[in-house]
Amino acid sequence: MAASLNCFLRTGKNAVSALRRRGIHRSAPAAVQVTVRDALTQAMDEELERDERVFLLGEEVAQYDGAYKVSRGLWKKYGDQRIIDTPISEMGFTGIAVGAAMAGLRPICEFMTFNFSMQAIDQVINSAAKTCYMSAGLQSVPIVFRGPNGSSAGVAAQHSQCFAAWYAHCPGLKVVSPWNSEDARGLLKAAIRDDNPVVFLENELMYGVAFEMSEESQSKDFTVPIGKAKVERQGNHATLVSHSRYVGHCLDAAAVLAKEGIECEVINLRTIRPMDVESIETSVMKTNHLVTVEGGWPQFGVGAEICARIMEGPAFNYLDAPATRVTGVDIPMPYAKILEDNSVPQIKDIIFSVKKTLNV
Amino acid sequence: NYFLLLLNNCLVSSCPSGCQSHGLTLLRDLTTQATFDIKRCDLHRLEEGPPLRAELTRDQGLQYYRTMQTVRRMELKADQLYKQKIIRGFCHLYDGQEACAVGIEAAITPSDHLITAYRAHAYTYTRGVSVKEILAELTGRKGGVAKGKGGSMHMYAPHFYGGNGIVGAQGQIFESYNMAALWKLPCIFICENNKYGMGTSVERAAACTDYYKRGDYIPGIRVDGMDVLCVREAAKFAADHCRSGKGPIIMELQTYRYHGHSMSDPGVSYRTREEIQEVRSKSDPISLLKERMLANNMASAEEFKVIDIAIRKEVEDAAQFATSDPEPPLDELCNHIFKSSPPLEVRGTNPWAKLQSLS
Repeated sequence: MAASLNCFLRTGKNAVSALRRRGIHRSAPAAVQVTVRDALTQAMDEELERDERVFLLGEEVAQYDGAYKVSRGLWKKYGDQRIIDTPISEMGFTGIAVGAAMAGLRPICEFMTFNFSMQAIDQVINSAAKTCYMSAGLQSVPIVFRGPNGSSAGVAAQHSQCFAAWYAHCPGLKVVSPWNSEDARGLLKAAIRDDNPVVFLENELMYGVAFEMSEESQSKDFTVPIGKAKVERQGNHATLVSHSRYVGHCLDAAAVLAKEGIECEVINLRTIRPMDVESIETSVMKTNHLVTVEGGWPQFGVGAEICARIMEGPAFNYLDAPATRVTGVDIPMPYAKILEDNSVPQIKDIIFSVKKTLNV
Repeated sequence: NYFLLLLNNCLVSSCPSGCQSHGLTLLRDLTTQATFDIKRCDLHRLEEGPPLRAELTRDQGLQYYRTMQTVRRMELKADQLYKQKIIRGFCHLYDGQEACAVGIEAAITPSDHLITAYRAHAYTYTRGVSVKEILAELTGRKGGVAKGKGGSMHMYAPHFYGGNGIVGAQGQIFESYNMAALWKLPCIFICENNKYGMGTSVERAAACTDYYKRGDYIPGIRVDGMDVLCVREAAKFAADHCRSGKGPIIMELQTYRYHGHSMSDPGVSYRTREEIQEVRSKSDPISLLKERMLANNMASAEEFKVIDIAIRKEVEDAAQFATSDPEPPLDELCNHIFKSSPPLEVRGTNPWAKLQSLS
């Protein structure tokens, strides 16, 4: 009885996946729960398969399956030529990756965390970002720099910095910051297919978080356009603009505020540079209130840029109050849990800031 | 992993302290000093190396034993606390490598300057910070050596510059070699070669694994890092080299870490359990010293037991403190951004959160 039941279930599952393979559309979309990590692994796997010029290099990416297991199974499948373990030499291997991109390959250069990219930042900025311009378009650098960015849990000052503002400051770079699995998958595929250097900022705390992914988003050619933000939640009273993990915080804050009759519109930037200012302006012109939310430091940050751009455009005249930035505290990240918790935006900080901005 | 040791020009000669009596009857039966054969060091650009025999007094032996065992028990306690989630974030343990830190400290003075990478708990201890303050820093409490703000990789003491988290510095090493040699700086560059850089064996990461030779024009020695006497003699030799104005020197210590790279690395996907067990049974630094002393009647098994019990208690008390001490207060959040500066206003998470930073 059990055996035949098992058999039935197995054939049932096989039938479903067979249907999916044949691309047969059913009335109900086959959405699945996919973690951000798996979305990234699948995206890389598909792009490695699609284009033999694509390869991955970095510390522990091959035989160790990735320090955070984002490249699990890839070395086993693609081997030493495509998945390359490097010595602990960021400046060195980043330079090698940039050179490979210049010569016609399409490298994915992993930084174990973006904190380590500071060891290699000259290669990212001076060799990758500026080259297309310096060569008047003769030499392109189709490279993706990816890895976890921003704070994690208890990893202290040298391992918790957000580099969104640093990289987004530089012309010649595209800077992308996914939040959920769909973002991760679509943006990574888009980044790998882009002929320009893309800084792809992941988040360690999001790797294990599962999101429902539509069937469409699981297709091998699904990409999310770089430079386009997404409205995750519609609302009329205040615009919340965020990127990466804090999009989730904004949605949670919006849910709490909704109970008090305050409807927030939550915008997921998805791309930091080039920033989709138009989406923010459209929203602000509707809600008349703007709150930006980010994990990074306040000075010269993503929120600061958003505020400046709003002031320079048509949406300024629609603001009923100055824009508010919710940011990390302007200090190096402390280690002790109570201090760390109070160094980054909490949901209550977002709620408080929305209410202050609305003067309620 | 590399770290750097800077020496003063002052030569401080330290005589071993006079033998302390632990009871006249006991002392009469014990050997108070012995000489041991130690492994020859491999030499690079050196005519002579460290001596092949090391003198050890009873007191020194007991002190090295005590220090190594304290480090060992402290690291194992940290392992336990990490698994209980009382320690968070990164935790890189030193057990197996004790002879390195202890041997080096035995050869230098407190006024010499020492800096290391993230596997730093042992050096924090040998440089003078108590087990209590180290464990409390790991648990993120206000009694920690950095008031809970630094964590595992960021502990400091006079003439000890941490604990540093970022080590992608192969290029920087060579820049340092060049300047140290050019300006004849009294630096000992020490490589604790524990065979693996995180999950990558040295063979897969280095074109030349003779790290002691990689200073090229800088002389180097390769040392048995599991023998505290070997490490001490080599470090003394290196220190003398620097103090006599000859410039920098490289010291490669061949050692081994029992734990994985950090607490999130099981440490068995890139090496075998058999390898780890073999090192434990044949080359454990604490056992090696203990067996030497027992074999030469320098101390009794009972004495070692008493020391072990005392250390266990010290570590237990320290852990007790580390788990019961309160977390730092919130008004500590923004302090110490700058040194010697007037109070500074610091922006909190939103524009209405105006916090204060004191120097």
